[in-house]
Amino acid sequence: MIRIIFAACLATAALPARAAVDIVEVTSPGGITAWLVEEPSIPFVALEIRFQGGSSLDAPGKRGAINLMSGLLEEGAGDLDATGFATARESLAASYDFDVFRDGVSISARFLTENRDEAAALLRSALVETRFDDVAIERVRAQVISGIRSDANDPNEIARRSFAELNFGDHPYGSAETGTVESVSALTRDDLIAARDAVIARDRIFVGAAGDITPEDLGVLLDDLLGGLPAEGAPQIEAVAVPEDGFLEVVELDVPQSVAFFGHGGISREDPDFFPAFLLNESFGGSGRQSRLSDEVREKRGLTYGIGTYLVDYDHADMVLGQVASANDRMAEAIAVVRDEWARVAEMGLSEEELASIKTYLTGAYPLRFDGNGPIARIMVGMQMNGLPIDYINTRNDKVNAVTVEDVKRVAARLYDPDALRFVVVGQPEGLLATE
Amino acid sequence: MARIFTFVAALFAGTIATQAAEITTHTLENGMEIVVLEDHRAPVVVHMVWYRVGSADEPRGKSGIAHFLEHLMFKATDELESGEFSRIVAENGGSDNAFTSYDYTGYFQRIAADRLDLVMDMEASRMDGLALVPADIPPEREVVIEERNQRTENSPGALFGEQRRAAQFLNHPYGTPIIGWKHEAHDLSLEDAMDFYAEHYGPNNAILIVAGDADPDEVIRLAETHYGPIAANPNVEVRERVAEPPQLAERRLVMEDPRVAQPYVVRSYLAPERDSGNQEQAAALTLLAEVLGGTGATSVLGQKLEFDRPISIYTSAFYSGRSYDDTTFGLVIVPGDGVSLQDAEAALDGAVAEFIEEGVDQEQLDRIKMQLRAARIYEADNISSLARRYGAALTSGLTVEDVEAWPEILQAVTGEDIVAAAKDVFIRENAVTGWLRGPSETDTVEATQ
Repeated sequence: MIRIIFAACLATAALPARAAVDIVEVTSPGGITAWLVEEPSIPFVALEIRFQGGSSLDAPGKRGAINLMSGLLEEGAGDLDATGFATARESLAASYDFDVFRDGVSISARFLTENRDEAAALLRSALVETRFDDVAIERVRAQVISGIRSDANDPNEIARRSFAELNFGDHPYGSAETGTVESVSALTRDDLIAARDAVIARDRIFVGAAGDITPEDLGVLLDDLLGGLPAEGAPQIEAVAVPEDGFLEVVELDVPQSVAFFGHGGISREDPDFFPAFLLNESFGGSGRQSRLSDEVREKRGLTYGIGTYLVDYDHADMVLGQVASANDRMAEAIAVVRDEWARVAEMGLSEEELASIKTYLTGAYPLRFDGNGPIARIMVGMQMNGLPIDYINTRNDKVNAVTVEDVKRVAARLYDPDALRFVVVGQPEGLLATE
Repeated sequence: MARIFTFVAALFAGTIATQAAEITTHTLENGMEIVVLEDHRAPVVVHMVWYRVGSADEPRGKSGIAHFLEHLMFKATDELESGEFSRIVAENGGSDNAFTSYDYTGYFQRIAADRLDLVMDMEASRMDGLALVPADIPPEREVVIEERNQRTENSPGALFGEQRRAAQFLNHPYGTPIIGWKHEAHDLSLEDAMDFYAEHYGPNNAILIVAGDADPDEVIRLAETHYGPIAANPNVEVRERVAEPPQLAERRLVMEDPRVAQPYVVRSYLAPERDSGNQEQAAALTLLAEVLGGTGATSVLGQKLEFDRPISIYTSAFYSGRSYDDTTFGLVIVPGDGVSLQDAEAALDGAVAEFIEEGVDQEQLDRIKMQLRAARIYEADNISSLARRYGAALTSGLTVEDVEAWPEILQAVTGEDIVAAAKDVFIRENAVTGWLRGPSETDTVEATQ
């Protein structure tokens, strides 16, 4: 059941909600652990599988191998070539979405109850019997390279890549997971097999399931699906720190609107001050409601369609990251406002009113996240990867409510540093002085 | 006024037992339609008000005013201060936003189920009580211009799409971009916004959709309380946009932009939309798009152009029948390395001609229909998207009955219907063929000066 229980005074506008979702931990006969919310009213199950350590595990000189590999998982397996595999998947009306990011490879799958075992068996073959046929490799490689070429002219992609490179240099976080035209062109079939075995392994699996399946059936399904994977993948990478010197880099591109990425070092999810930092960021630059930055940059001055900041908790680095886009002749003003607000929040933190307002928003919004099998399966995987206890949902809003204005002020002084702000601006911004 | 009908969504033929949200409809005396979609799994509701007005209803020279007004609807009303609506929604843990299309403008909040009364009260206050002041205009107009910069000006593909659409519609306002032409956006005024508001907003031009953990009788009672007292707007008229003349000449566009790294060809044809009580042709076109351009590894274009011969790295076909007036059917081909746009277009035309000759593979059609049935099950997991589907349909001239009938109409389409629909629509006089490429990729060699 995904019914969520509100257990507090509903009379006030403030909504100290207490959400409770019935999560059970399932351990398969073969020893694979998953979190399950059983919800039988719709005849399908959403399965979210994540393998920790994603594109960052590309071997030296093989940038883009894990990304290309993931594009080939559905391009032929076992007895089936690419067309045969797609035909089988369509006949079952199952869906498997593969995604690659810095710290993980994820599979979001949906199986109809009526053919669940067949759908799982087909997915299993994609993971352990991938064919990597030459013709499929060349077809997908051409698509990936076309995407890399298009990204090279896209202001958002250029900003994202330049910002990563500026902050992380030669560390795997410093380059795009898709690789370069050169690195992708050089990848061999053996490289792709090695890439699969580096990331899709049993020692790094996290699973969430929600929908029409019993704990017993899930256990059997997980063993069938994942039991045949290699026991161990490649070792995880080293941590990296964001440099602390402020910087502004301009990448020239002939576009009417400049795009800026900005930020500096952040705070870990495990840090005792994480919750004050989380509330601070949500109030200052978060996207769920009108933030202070959005008020200053968009509402008052009309300088952008959207501005946001995020606490980025990579497995091996932490950042406060922001994004804004503004016409070339107005970007300098937008950045000046960001700098001023950054200094103000570092010094003052939040007011009592701002803190109360963000608490009611966050505690009220939390139960609204659990509104479907797919979202619940994803949330449960995220909780496991963050090392949270299975009853975390019941205590999360208490942690939000426990944050004081003093906590916020202390953490603001620690977290926000206007002198450490690093900007990458792509476009033809007027009146911006790049760091020499 | 009595409740009109309540029924469980129709079940479809086939092997899959279908889950669909229970639907209730009702109409207030002032003409406001109500649709309630129930899903009691989580204590959340989505509250939406859709107006039957979009960018295709704008006066000439005022392009973008429908969308600009949508932004301004978050300013003050007779009862709320500027920004107060969104602030109160957020304080209650909810989120809110709005969207504008050619045929509709929609406003929605997603919030705890026990806050429905609150958001309905506020949404009603901006249905007839918008209280703009001159100071609202300049910064919000700049925001919209930045939105256009972000969505369109910074993207050659988006600019190309605008040019193709302008060429597709010789007379109909679908040829004008929703966000407006840039040169007109700079001049939109408070008067323009208020004129448009006075012309088109009111309960008799609105559809209320509440989806999620809501009791239909309670929703109707709340709607009577909040929307019931608002008088119908006498200015609202049935939409009759100017019609397309017969299209007698194919239009061909070549757009060059130095930001284009991957050239491609798009062909679009004028095509009929879903009409109330007459959705068969649109159903055949919907399946035609799936057959031609669904999944690359199994679609006709993918097989012929990506697999049999490596001419293309990506092909697609697109069609959306949800439209008030005539819509388009489109084909896309992205050539592989070393293949010219000329050759890619010729290969695309050849593949379509072969398909019309060969007909539809029955096994492929059966698989597509199986997936359409399954999509109904997966969709039941996401009540917000179901609500949006109803809103878009009801503002595009369709009824709840049409939406309910649609899955069965799709299941009844035959291979012969699909080929016949292709022959009807693939007429070059009705087509726009666009090439997008970088300036260095011209096929002709220029003489050195």
